Amino acid sequence: MNNFKRNTRALAASLVLALLAVPASALEAGKPAPAFDLAGPDGAVKLDKYAGKVVYVDFWASWCGPCRQSFPWMNDMQAKYGAQGLQIVGVNVDAKVEDARAFLAGTPAKFAIGFDPAGATPRSYGIKGMPSSVLIGADGKVLFEHSGFKAADREELETKIKAALGAKK
Amino acid sequence: MKMTIMTLLRAGALAALAAGATGCSAITPVQAWEKGTLAKPEMLMEGDGLETRFNEHIYASREAASGGSGVGGGGCGCN
Repeated sequence: MNNFKRNTRALAASLVLALLAVPASALEAGKPAPAFDLAGPDGAVKLDKYAGKVVYVDFWASWCGPCRQSFPWMNDMQAKYGAQGLQIVGVNVDAKVEDARAFLAGTPAKFAIGFDPAGATPRSYGIKGMPSSVLIGADGKVLFEHSGFKAADREELETKIKAALGAKK
Repeated sequence: MKMTIMTLLRAGALAALAAGATGCSAITPVQAWEKGTLAKPEMLMEGDGLETRFNEHIYASREAASGGSGVGGGGCGCN
């Protein structure tokens, strides 16, 4: 009988947990960006470390075609606006970190890279597609979220980055 | 002995009830960043790429509609 009680309690607990499982919700502009601290190929990558900079967080994976196309553009942006206070952070969401490393060997990144095989960061940012990018202002607040990457997006994204850097001064 | 069988039955009934009550909430949808396996070519329903292109071309020209033959939100783009 005691067993029965224990079973019932366990079942009730699991039921509550199942009902509490909330889907990832998208970020709102103007809200503080969720913090992250990830291991990367060149050491730890922390969002706090870039306080006062305009941070462009890009979620990418080795299995994602458009991500590959976005890398050269992000390298350009980092080279062009890095001195003005832009920091691009590529958050990798591959389940296997070695897949990400193999991708990076063929597609070099000239910006900060962090590995998140568990997917905690994309969950906290509530991303809806791959690749996704989030621009964070110098005040640490989210400016906008962008899903996907096409060649046609580059101009608009650069304009927004420039505007964020202009607001910083 | 009878007692344990009854207990088991009760627990089983409760488990079934719990599963029914939670429904599909226990099964969470695959998130955009979790689609690495779905993005693999072997996850496609078709075998030959060229044949698929041909079939889709015929289908699109006859039906005045295209797409919808892959996995929904195959991990890239905006869905």
